[in-house]
Amino acid sequence: MSNSEDKIKREPLLRVAKKAEISVSKTMGLTLLALALAIVAGGIFLLVIGQNPFKVYGTIVHGAWRSKLAIQGTIKIAIPLLIASLGITLAFQMKFWNIGAEGQIIMGGIFASYFALFFDQLPHTILLLIMFLAGMVGGGLWGLIPAYFKTKFGTNETLFTLMLNYIALYTIKFLTEGPWHDPESSGFPKIASFTPNARLDKIFGVHAGWLIGLILVLVVYIYIRFTKHGYEISVVGESVNTARYAGMNVKKIMMRTMFLSGAICGIAGMTQVSGAAYTLGEGVAGGVGFTAITVAWLSKLNPVVILIVTVLFSMLEKGCSVMQSAFGLSAATSGILQGIILFFVLAFDFFTRYRFILRKGRKA
Amino acid sequence: MFLNFLFASIKAGTPLLFGTTGEIMTEKTGNINLGVEGMMFMGAFMGFYTGYHTGSLALALLAAFGIGVVAALIYAVVTVTFMANQNVAGLTLTIFGIGFGKFFGEAMIGKAGGSPKLSEEFMASISEKPLPVLGNLPVIGKLLFSHNPLVYLSILVAVLCTIYMLRTRAGLNMRAVGENPAAADATGINVTLVKYIHILLGGGICGLGGAYLSLINGGGIWNNSSVVNGQGWISVALVIFASWNPVKAIFGSLIFGAFSVLQFYVPKDVIVIPNAFYVMLPFLITTMVLIITSMKKSKEGSQPAGCGVNYFREER
Repeated sequence: MSNSEDKIKREPLLRVAKKAEISVSKTMGLTLLALALAIVAGGIFLLVIGQNPFKVYGTIVHGAWRSKLAIQGTIKIAIPLLIASLGITLAFQMKFWNIGAEGQIIMGGIFASYFALFFDQLPHTILLLIMFLAGMVGGGLWGLIPAYFKTKFGTNETLFTLMLNYIALYTIKFLTEGPWHDPESSGFPKIASFTPNARLDKIFGVHAGWLIGLILVLVVYIYIRFTKHGYEISVVGESVNTARYAGMNVKKIMMRTMFLSGAICGIAGMTQVSGAAYTLGEGVAGGVGFTAITVAWLSKLNPVVILIVTVLFSMLEKGCSVMQSAFGLSAATSGILQGIILFFVLAFDFFTRYRFILRKGRKA
Repeated sequence: MFLNFLFASIKAGTPLLFGTTGEIMTEKTGNINLGVEGMMFMGAFMGFYTGYHTGSLALALLAAFGIGVVAALIYAVVTVTFMANQNVAGLTLTIFGIGFGKFFGEAMIGKAGGSPKLSEEFMASISEKPLPVLGNLPVIGKLLFSHNPLVYLSILVAVLCTIYMLRTRAGLNMRAVGENPAAADATGINVTLVKYIHILLGGGICGLGGAYLSLINGGGIWNNSSVVNGQGWISVALVIFASWNPVKAIFGSLIFGAFSVLQFYVPKDVIVIPNAFYVMLPFLITTMVLIITSMKKSKEGSQPAGCGVNYFREER
């Protein structure tokens, strides 16, 4: 008797148990609940700093969609985020923690810029096509390096890809100050602006990157869901050993997928330099690679959901840019709100996989 | 000249040492926190804000440490209790922390009507002055014993953390949790508690690194855009370079600090190396170290085995 009482005492107040897999609609419901709670939490934050949360939220939404120009701005922010998130998705599906989207975007930008700067006499379509491919190759190679070392020596990919971000970033710095320095800008370190020939065309007032992004949503969706490659990626992601027993060439799959993951991020770099900035600068990625990781994860690696989340995040970013003039608040509000949303959704994901069990009463 | 260079290297390496020591404590308990940059930014703001209003160095450091702990607490709740992906949670903390620092930094500038400046008395409390007796020694006195007080604090923290990690029972428990949480759990260690304690402690130390950046590197003036500027990420790199040992991180931070100031000391008419190369060097070397340790397949000096994987009892 005393023995069983002892056991009750030792059982913790709350314990965690695994849940059976739950339906998609329930998962969606939980995510929406998390989102709602995050918005409330953000509202409390705004209240605490003495603002009317309804007014602020309203301004954010209005600020992002109030005019044609604003909408174009929102879409412009969304393009690289969307493309890079899609790239990340491939790697993360394989549980290859590619934190290097930032570097892969940059490398794509560098490779594309090379042709934009030195081959701008080529016919427009051909030049852009070459830049597009160059961007893919640049980003792809930057993704392939860590994959090679991971498969060969088991080098930690998280840390490796992280380091490569900075090597890429300072390569731009090197090019800006050295070999690609714009001679017309005298002392100021800057790379020359692309000639109009090397600039991405506009469709409905925004550079064609948005169309590329939408096509990629479809391509990545099909690639993951309906191709042999996609199947192999998910098996490797579930268990490397299972994949091996099934006779899959895990090394090849890993390297191929990382090349593609990097290549897609490289496309984001290409559209940034040739569609948005018209030059290569240190801000070409500007943290998009990191945000893309959170977007991809938040969307549960589903390309269609990624599209929705990207639009949401871009709206937040664009909407917050008017905070300064409207409320005297910093545009950095978007970082805080993004963080709150992400923390809530990350934490709530727990309830799709586990449940808490309360300690039963004394009778048990 | 060379002496000045070494002196500047130590000064530049100190915030990295804080960040690295903090991250080592976190990673050794089996959680990789990529939010160092964010925690540092929050620490930088809180340290400056408190110093600006109270004029007390001790309170400023305490506040920076405190906000680091709070930031790490968010991370710990999300990853340890709610078992979310550590990489994503860390990156989120970076986004959040930078947003937090910039947001309140701008508000502080707005209130002060310009860049806020620390008081003369406060600056005196963090000025570089020779220590009694030791500071009067030739050469060494200037090089090692004439720093601002935070430099000594960073080394003290690093040494204490190493002793704690390698020479105490609690430290052993913590390393066991980081390497193999299931085995640690089986021996009766409270895995969750151990993780929480060290993640929080690590976050606090990172916060101190942020305070160093805003108080010392900023020269007493708040700079909203470039206060942290990637130092948090360099700290994460330095963890690898120091092979997860805070004492090695002391020397590592000196080397990384040296790289960051090298470009100002290399005679331009003798050697012409692009500036970008100096700043890239720490990352290149870290990558090499990462590859070499993985090639040697040595457990020693590589990332704790449990790092990045959340522990769930029923899955062991």
